[in-house]
Amino acid sequence: MSKIDPQAIQNGDRLALSRALTVIENDDPQSLEIQADLFPHTGQSHIVGVTGAPGTGKSTLVNQLVKAFRQNKSETKPPKVAVIAVDPTSPFTGGALLGDRIRMADLSGDKGVFIRSMASRGALGGLAHNTAAFATILDAAGFDMIVIETVGAGQAEVDVAQLAHTVVVVEAPGMGDDIQSIKAGILEIADILVVNKADRPGADNTARTLKVMLDMAQNSSNLPAGKHGTSNSDHLFQDIYIKQETWKPPVHTITATEGKGIAGLAADIQAHRAYLQDTGVWQIKEAHRLRRDLDALIRDKLLQQWQQALDQEQFEGVLQDVIERKYSPIEAANLLVHDKTK
Amino acid sequence: MTDRKIRVLIAKPGLDGHDRGAKVIARALRDAGLEVIYTGLRQTPEMIAEAALQEDVDVVGLSILSGAHNVLVPSVMDKLAQNGLDDVRVFVGGIIPEDDIPALKDNGVYAVYGPGTDTQQVVSDIKQAVNVQD
Ligand SMILES: Nc1nc2c(ncn2[C@@H]2O[C@H](COP(=O)(O)OP(=O)(O)O)[C@@H](O)[C@H]2O)c(=O)[nH]1
Ligand SMILES: [Mg+2]
Repeated sequence: MSKIDPQAIQNGDRLALSRALTVIENDDPQSLEIQADLFPHTGQSHIVGVTGAPGTGKSTLVNQLVKAFRQNKSETKPPKVAVIAVDPTSPFTGGALLGDRIRMADLSGDKGVFIRSMASRGALGGLAHNTAAFATILDAAGFDMIVIETVGAGQAEVDVAQLAHTVVVVEAPGMGDDIQSIKAGILEIADILVVNKADRPGADNTARTLKVMLDMAQNSSNLPAGKHGTSNSDHLFQDIYIKQETWKPPVHTITATEGKGIAGLAADIQAHRAYLQDTGVWQIKEAHRLRRDLDALIRDKLLQQWQQALDQEQFEGVLQDVIERKYSPIEAANLLVHDKTK
Repeated sequence: MTDRKIRVLIAKPGLDGHDRGAKVIARALRDAGLEVIYTGLRQTPEMIAEAALQEDVDVVGLSILSGAHNVLVPSVMDKLAQNGLDDVRVFVGGIIPEDDIPALKDNGVYAVYGPGTDTQQVVSDIKQAVNVQD
């Protein structure tokens, strides 16, 4: 792997940018240096997460949305937009089939757009562990907006909500319109809700159900169950939540294949950015995210250090004691960890 | 610790509307542990070279059934080179007459596959081309 010049990335060299993303993705030794060089030049991009079940039309929507932002006549200069499309790695083969670009052909040929497909690799089903680092590089490369498409499933949704400033949750009719069928958790993470495929029967029903659920959530004075907690990061989350109570997530009914309803959705995404900046929630979110990143990195580092210093024989011995029920696992862990951190 | 994965772009240039073969090979490569970016039908050489650049792939696989390979392939090679992607290996699959193969290889194509090619052959050729041990 040849040397990558961070300056070239900032100057808009697309090949350097692309190669840098590969370096990051592979945890290549150069990764550290590139991130260190570029990080001071970040913090400008508006990160927009687009999440929802497979087949709801996320890629089709992203195609239309990015087109709309690029053609926005009201701005003197259209924003540069990057797309990160994350799809799951097969846990059985380690391979991945990344097909989001199929729906984004309209964006081809526009030098103000950069699309990168990303397999989740080790991180099962969720964001790849380097998605946040991708956003850092694209931010430094001067993209005003970074759209992250990710399949909504459990942890992936939480991950994208913590990375993105604005989360768009996409639903489609026909998945049942009763309250039970709407997945738990989406109201907590959605800043904007989209019911796509309005050309299909049942879209109005789905939209109505979502609105009712939103009203119920807004009217209850308590924080939702998931927002309670005692750790530092949970406090920050509550902080965000409290400030965000003044933002009522709009519900958009659109037909992505025809571009219907896209302009309104694009306008609300901009409005949410303005809202975050006006209320100071932007900074709080940013601080929360960086704290989480730092936490995770420290955890990785400590674990790595400890594993490197580990006496394998001692470990096997203690494990055997656990198997023979001489130590409980927690005693064993205490023993092994304290031995090394004394 | 580096975690390198082979990335392959599977593209269908030209106007024919059959992508069954392209999808079969895409799935076979995925099942062999590769990361496959599939771009869909009717890609122009410009679109293919742009996707190859943005995705930083090691390999581009072109599926061509239309008979226009003698025009499309050199054009894709040109556009890749213009994007600074001379090191990307290009594979061609489809209905390619025997007589046309030498010219394609002279043009820099790594390998050409006809209908009924064993997908495992393609997998091992790709691994060899990008120099990754099993
Ligand atoms: N009827 C209808 N189909 C749509 C609409 N948007 C997307 N689709 C189709 O839904 C399928 C899945 O779309 P895709 O964007 O790949 O969904 P993703 O998996 O969420 O990214 C494709 O066949 C699209 O053409 C829409 O507004 N109406
Ligand atoms: Mg998609």
